[in-house]
Amino acid sequence: MCSPRCCSAAARAKANAMNFDLSEEQKMLRDAAQKFLRAEYGFDARNRIVASETGMSREHWRRFGEFGWLGVALPEAHGGFGGGMVETIQVAEPMGAALVVEPYLASAVLGAQAVARAGSPAQQAAWLPGLASGKLVLVLAHTEDDSGHQLAHVAARAAAERGGWVLSGRKSGVLGAPWADGFVVAARTAGAVHERRGISLFMVGAKTPGVQVAGYRVYDGSRAGDLLLDAVVLGRDALLGVEGEGLGLLEQLIDIGIVAACADALGAMGALLRKTVEYTGTRKQFDVPIASFQVIQHRLVDMFAAIEASRSLLLMAALHAEHPDAAARSRAASAAKAGIGERARFVAQQAVQLHGGVGMTEELDIGHYFRRLTLFCHLFGGSDHHLQRFAALRAAA
Amino acid sequence: MDIDFDAEDLAFQREVRAWFEANTPPELRRKTITGEMLQKDEIVRWQRRLDAQGWLVTGWPQEHGGPGWTPTRRYIFDLERAAASAPIGLSMGVIMLGPVLMAFGTPEQRAHYLPRIRRCEDWWCQGYSEPGAGSDLASLKTAAVTDGGDYLVNGSKMWTTYAHWATHMFCLVRTAATGKKQEGISFLLIEMDRAGIEVRPIVSIDGEHSLNQVFLTDVRVPKKNLVGREGQGWDIAKYLLTHERTSIAGVAECKALLANLHAAAAERRSGGRPLVEDAAMRLKLARAEIELMALEYTNFRVLAATAAGKAPGPESSLLKTMGTAVQQTLSELDIDIAAEKAWPWRERGEFGRGRYAHAMERYCYSRAATIYGGSDEVQKNVLAKMLLGGGAR
Ligand SMILES: Cc1cc2nc3c(=O)[nH]c(=O)nc-3n(C[C@H](O)[C@H](O)[C@H](O)COP(=O)(O)OP(=O)(O)OC[C@H]3O[C@@H](n4cnc5c(N)ncnc54)[C@H](O)[C@@H]3O)c2cc1C
Repeated sequence: MCSPRCCSAAARAKANAMNFDLSEEQKMLRDAAQKFLRAEYGFDARNRIVASETGMSREHWRRFGEFGWLGVALPEAHGGFGGGMVETIQVAEPMGAALVVEPYLASAVLGAQAVARAGSPAQQAAWLPGLASGKLVLVLAHTEDDSGHQLAHVAARAAAERGGWVLSGRKSGVLGAPWADGFVVAARTAGAVHERRGISLFMVGAKTPGVQVAGYRVYDGSRAGDLLLDAVVLGRDALLGVEGEGLGLLEQLIDIGIVAACADALGAMGALLRKTVEYTGTRKQFDVPIASFQVIQHRLVDMFAAIEASRSLLLMAALHAEHPDAAARSRAASAAKAGIGERARFVAQQAVQLHGGVGMTEELDIGHYFRRLTLFCHLFGGSDHHLQRFAALRAAA
Repeated sequence: MDIDFDAEDLAFQREVRAWFEANTPPELRRKTITGEMLQKDEIVRWQRRLDAQGWLVTGWPQEHGGPGWTPTRRYIFDLERAAASAPIGLSMGVIMLGPVLMAFGTPEQRAHYLPRIRRCEDWWCQGYSEPGAGSDLASLKTAAVTDGGDYLVNGSKMWTTYAHWATHMFCLVRTAATGKKQEGISFLLIEMDRAGIEVRPIVSIDGEHSLNQVFLTDVRVPKKNLVGREGQGWDIAKYLLTHERTSIAGVAECKALLANLHAAAAERRSGGRPLVEDAAMRLKLARAEIELMALEYTNFRVLAATAAGKAPGPESSLLKTMGTAVQQTLSELDIDIAAEKAWPWRERGEFGRGRYAHAMERYCYSRAATIYGGSDEVQKNVLAKMLLGGGAR
C-alpha cells in the first residue's frame, strides 16, 4: 500500500474494511531494522560514533545499504527496493528508537528522492546506485538565514553563463552537510526573493571549487552545516528538473521529509514511554514505586495517548504522501508535523520530568531522546508554522 | 492597594540603574543574555563587586550587613539588576544558608560564617539529595556518628550543584536511626577539604558540568559545625526550602528574558520578514507576558502577606510552580526563535559568542526547574494538602 499508488492504497484499505495491517514484506523490513539496530547500534556504540572525528559510521551506513534500507523507496533498476512512504517509515521509526545519527532522513529520503523524482537518466545513474548502497551521501540545501521555513524564500542565485551555471549564495542548517558527497541546492534563476516561480534545483558536488562547508555537531548528535557558495561553476547538466519550476519539487520533498521525520520521532517517543514506564515501576520514593502515585499513572497515560494519536497522524500523512493533489498532500504533512510536533515535545519533557534528576544526565539515554525530539520539533518548521500552513491550504481548498 | 513608587523610590531606581549601567562587565552581560554558564572566578569577582557596593545580601537585616531596604526597594533593585542583564550571583550562601544561620546558628557560627558569605570568601554547596533520597528527602541515609568530640560522616550526596567549586557544604545527615525518620536528621556544616571527601562530576543534558556526586568516607567533622540541635535538621531544612522556593519565582529574571525575546524576534527573520510580525509568534509572546503578569502579581501578594508578618507557607509552593512554568515557557520561546541557530552543540569560539549559541543549553537545563527544589508534583501535593486538609493522601 504505497507510492505511487497511494490513492489506490487508501481505497483498498477502505475496501478491505479498513485494513491497516502491514504486508509481510513491510513487517520483515521493520523487524529486521529493529533487530539489527538493537544488536549493533546500542547506546554505547552510538555514543562512540557521535564522539568520533567524523561523527558518522560509514561501516553502519554501508550495512544499512546492504539491508536495502537506504534504497527502500528507490527504483529497482537503480538498486532500490521499489517501495514508497509506507516502507520508508518502517525503517525510519526503528532508527529514531535507536537514536541513529547517520543521515537517513537527509540523504536516503531528501537527497535520494530529489534525484529519483526529478533526475535525468544520467543523474539517476550517477547517484542512485551509490545512494542505495551506502557509498554516497547526498543532501538537500534549501534554507537560508532569513528564510525561516518559507520554501519560496530563496536568495541564492544561479546565472546561466558560458553554457553552464554560476551559483552564489548561502545556505544554513543543512542536515548532514559535513558528510555529503553532493548537495541538491535551491537557487534562483529568475524572479524576486520570495516569488514562487524562478527557483531551480542544482546538483553540486561537495568538492566543486567555491563550495565551502562550515560543519558542526548538532544537539541531537548528528552533524549539519552552513554552506557558502561562492561563484560555483557548474555544467549545464547540473540542473535538476525544470528550470524555474523547482518549488513544486521542493515542497514535495519537504512533505515526504516531514513524514519520515515524524516516523523517526514516533520511534523516539515510543522508546521514551517504554523506558519511563519501566523506570517509574522500579524507582522507589516514600517506600513505594513512584508509578503507584496516581498523578504519575495519569501522566504515563497522557504520554501513551499522545503516542497513539501521533501514530494515527503518521499513518494518515504516509497514505497521503503521494497524493496527486499537492494541496491535499501538503495539508496532510502539515497536520502530522503540527500534531506530532506538539506531542513529541510533551512526551520528551515528561520523560525527563518523571525520571527526576537522572533524566537530566548525559549518561542516561533519556536526555538524548529529549534532544532528538526537541530538534524534531523545529525541523522543517515548528508546529505554529504548520498550523498556519494547514489553515491556509484549507482555506484555499 | 497601591503599587506606585514614590519620589524617593524613583530616585533609588535611577541610582541603581545608573550603577548597573556603569558597572556590569560586558562579558557578563553577554553571557547572561545568551545563557552561557558563568565560570567560578567570574561569579566570585562579580559578587565581591556587588558586596563592595553593599548590594549583595539585599535580603539580610542591617545588623548582618544588609542594606535595610523595604520590600519595594528590593523589588526595584531586582528588576533593575535583571534589566541590565547583570547576573544574579549565587543563592546557596546568600539566600539559603545565611537566613538559616541567622535563625538557628550559634553567635560564633554567625560571626564566623556570615561575613565570609557576604565577602564571597566561602563557596557553599547544598548537600541534601542522595541517590535514594530525592523527593523523599527524609529517607536520607548519610550518617553522622558521634566519635569523641567529632562526628564521623559516611554516605553519598547526589546532584550537588557546584560541589567541585565549593569550599563548604551544608549537609543533612542522619544522627539517629530510631523514631520518625524526620526526627533523626541534623544540619551539619562540612568543609570540602576534609579527608574522605570525593567529588565526582555529573554532566547534564545541556552538556555542562555543574552537578556532582559527593562521596563521604569516614569524614571527621567537629561538633561545633552542627547547626541547631541534633534532630532539628528537618525543621531547618523546611525553613530553608521555603526561602529557596520564594526566590525561585524569578520574576525579575523572567521580565528581562521576555524583553530579550522581543528583541530577538524583531531581529530574526522568517520569509524575509521580522519574526515578531508573525501572528503565531506575537500570540505566543503575548501569552507568555500575561502568564508573567499573573506571576508577578501573585508574587506581590505573597510578599505583602509575609511583610505583614505571615510566614510563607504553601504559597511558596504555588509561586514555585507558577514561576518555573513561566521560566520553561520562555526558554521554549527562545529556541523557537533561534530555530537552526540553536542547533550547534556547545559551540565555542566566535560562534559561541552568538546570541543563540546557548539557547538550547538553557532550554535543556530549564527542564530541571520543575525537578529541583521540590518537584512540580511534590509542590502540588503540598498544595493539595492545603486545599483538602487531612483528606489529601
Ligand atoms: C539541575 C539540578 C540541580 C540540583 N541541585 C541540587 C543541589 O545543589 N543540592 C541538592 O541537595 N539537590 C539538588 N538537586 C536534586 C533535586 O532536589 C532532586 O532531583 C529532587 O528532589 C527530585 O529527586 P529525584 O531526582 O531523586 O527524583 P524522584 O524523587 O525519584 O522523582 C522522580 C519523579 O517522581 C515524582 N514523584 C516523586 N514523589 C512523588 C509523589 N509523592 N507524588 C507524585 N510524584 C512524585 C517526581 O515529581 C518526579 O517526577 C538538583 C537536581 C537537579 C536536576
